[in-house]
Amino acid sequence: MTPKTPAAAPSPREVVKELSMVKQKEMIAANYDAITSAPETGRKVASTFVPGNLNELLMCFDLLNNLPEINAIQNGMKKVSGDYINEAEKRGHSEDVCTYVKADLGMMAKGNIAPNGKPLPRPDVLLLSYTGCFTFMKWFELVRDEYKCPTIMLQVPYQADGKITANMRSYIVKQLKDDVIPTLEKVSGVKFDIDRLREYLRESAKAEDDFVWVMQSAKKKPSPIDAYFGGVYYIGPIFTAFRGTRDATEYYRLLRGEIEERIAKGLGPVTPEGDMKSQKYRLVVEGPPNWTSFREFWKMFYDEGAVVVASSYTKVGGTYDFGFRHDPDHPLETLADYCLGVYTNRSLPMRVDLLENYMREYDADGLLINSIKSCNSFSAGQLMIMREIEKRTGKPGAFIETDLVDPRYFSAANVKNRLESYFQMIDQKRKSVASAA
Amino acid sequence: MKCFIGIDLGSTTTKAVVMDENAQVLGRGITNSRSNYDTAAAVSKQEALIDARFTLFRRGLSGVPALAGKVDGFLGDLERSFRHVQFLEQVDDLEATCTKNSKGLRFAGSEAALARTVAEVFRQLREESGALFAPGARRKSDFFRDIAGARFVTLAEPVCKAEGLSFELLLNVYDKSIIEVENRPPSGAMEGKFLRALDRTLAGASLPKDDVARPVKAALEIPLEETYVVGTGYGRVRLPFPKEHIRSEILCHGLGAHIMYADTRTVLDIGGQDTKAIQVDKDGIVENFQMNDRCAAGTGRYLGYVADEMKMGLHELGPMAMKATKTLRINSTCTVFAGAELRDRLALGDKREDILAGLHRAIILRAMSIISRSGGIRDQFTFTGGVAKNEAAVKELRKLIKENYGDVTININPDSIYTGALGGAAFALRAVA
Repeated sequence: MTPKTPAAAPSPREVVKELSMVKQKEMIAANYDAITSAPETGRKVASTFVPGNLNELLMCFDLLNNLPEINAIQNGMKKVSGDYINEAEKRGHSEDVCTYVKADLGMMAKGNIAPNGKPLPRPDVLLLSYTGCFTFMKWFELVRDEYKCPTIMLQVPYQADGKITANMRSYIVKQLKDDVIPTLEKVSGVKFDIDRLREYLRESAKAEDDFVWVMQSAKKKPSPIDAYFGGVYYIGPIFTAFRGTRDATEYYRLLRGEIEERIAKGLGPVTPEGDMKSQKYRLVVEGPPNWTSFREFWKMFYDEGAVVVASSYTKVGGTYDFGFRHDPDHPLETLADYCLGVYTNRSLPMRVDLLENYMREYDADGLLINSIKSCNSFSAGQLMIMREIEKRTGKPGAFIETDLVDPRYFSAANVKNRLESYFQMIDQKRKSVASAA
Repeated sequence: MKCFIGIDLGSTTTKAVVMDENAQVLGRGITNSRSNYDTAAAVSKQEALIDARFTLFRRGLSGVPALAGKVDGFLGDLERSFRHVQFLEQVDDLEATCTKNSKGLRFAGSEAALARTVAEVFRQLREESGALFAPGARRKSDFFRDIAGARFVTLAEPVCKAEGLSFELLLNVYDKSIIEVENRPPSGAMEGKFLRALDRTLAGASLPKDDVARPVKAALEIPLEETYVVGTGYGRVRLPFPKEHIRSEILCHGLGAHIMYADTRTVLDIGGQDTKAIQVDKDGIVENFQMNDRCAAGTGRYLGYVADEMKMGLHELGPMAMKATKTLRINSTCTVFAGAELRDRLALGDKREDILAGLHRAIILRAMSIISRSGGIRDQFTFTGGVAKNEAAVKELRKLIKENYGDVTININPDSIYTGALGGAAFALRAVA
């Protein structure tokens, strides 16, 4: 569940303008090159998932970080995921299985070619931080079966009661000490150095500050960013293989500068068709975007003057806007807190509270839910979330359904119809409130 | 006179409603969408304006003493006469098009026979057309394509045989021509047609001609200005007017249902390709909605598919299902699987009416699920769309509402097919007001 390189950035004009985009593209390309050349360089590769990923820790062991969801998203945006999904279905995975999983397994079956066109190496270790998505566990069971490599499972307690207890934290720290770190030492042959970890965490915190600043800039009117369609690019470095690197810090510094400039000029978000002009609707969005028709989906928003000011999806790889930062003074504990706090590890009531907070803090006109057909874990309860937000805020909600990377489940006419109806419904409500006042 | 027009471009039919500035409905028009929304919009709008003329005639004639108690009968005659004039005009167009399309290399050698055949078939078609528009005559459809097509095929076969001409060849010419005729924007000049129809009607009636003709002619002179037009429905983006004139069908259906029944809080619309459940507030403003997505199960098309599978007319399904002695449980609501399930049931010896009752229940169960996801049913409940005309579907719906929500007032308007267009017309009026 994460972003993509701005590789397919729209017009040359924008690429020139947005240095941060160029930077991110280079970072992603370099990481893929490092991964695919591992057989020659002798570097070791770990596979891990976005929510709860322990990138700083992996870096302590000189491990490269390959994220299967990111590969699936890349393949979705490059319109090749459909073939991979077909391949996985041919091999016995049912239509209802998470399409990230099928896109990944299909890719493996068809030569395991990375987005840079070179084959991905066999992973040396699978590291699963179990943060609320049950499918991840099944996914790695299948991958483990294929590669027969060491697999680490970090059990992260679910935030069922909405708070992190000392027990939860120490349970994770104990696993890090007793299992995760020793296994990573064994796989990599590198001895764990806690000061090295502190150094990376310090870097993470810097990037996190700028990242949060960027995301919260959407509180302004007009919003200088789109916190969903643009947001998925902004989360790129921090949710993946770059958190803790100087590159990430630099990326967010550049990005923040660009957004400051947009604010100074009173500009709205960048879209594939240039700067967004009018902002008629401010939305909070729950659920990941559709990747196979990402552009088409986005266009349905900016064409109508709808800007997303906050989204829960940009919190799946870490929830920073309530103050959490990686803390170099408590290195293992902070990793535990990070894992515990990611959006996927939060209970339904916590999700409702978070979305309600966004509705109010970002002065949104409504909540839109993009429910993912193949994601049973997070689609469950979404209608209830919508009702509850409507009740608490008095603002209208809407519900659309698409899929992550299965092109068969994006019905453009249907989605557009619903979105347009929703925007007009917001208009109508505003008018009726205005006339009643 | 200022007119506010709503046009609902549905997947199957296109509807238009004309409203005056007092929000009174003047006229309604409907046509098949024919995969050409531009023409469908123009035709439905023209039909609604024709209907509006009849409303004006009615107003004008209400004070004519000689017509006391007979206005309905007279207007009925006038309308049949008008439809007949209109039909003949389209027949002329169709004949000219068929003649034009009967030339060319592929007809070498049979051109003369083809010309004679076309002329003869259309002669017969004109000759018998009076009966099609006679009082009490039942037409399976009011769309030119359907009426002309059915009669053409029936009349052409013996004529072809007599000429020794291939029936297929003539059908090819016809198929090509009907598409052209149907996609031609309707001609204007309605006035002449009304006057011709008036003359014909008065010729056969023992009425004081001047007393009757005067108010009709006066009504014809009232200009019907298209003050504001709002489009909705799947074809809305095809409408030749700016974006502000386009409203989502969800909003139009919500408002239309509110205008029909002011106490409406929940609306269910089952149309050709989607099913919508809409919650509205006391002013007809949409609060919430749900639609089917990714799948046409439980829409009108499901019944259309079943009708095709059973070689029945769509309008025959409901009456047959009403004859059921039991309702079979149909598990699949998948439109495509319905065909397989149907054949399977027939093979097992189940009766067609019982299977049909089950299929009607299946589609309503789907709708119930969409309703509950939109927030359930609140009193009053208004059912709209083509499927609201199907008595078997309505029966199942009433039953399921009673079981799930208790006593709820259920509104079904005979003009419910126009709900979206009505809402559109109301939006048009509001846009100006």
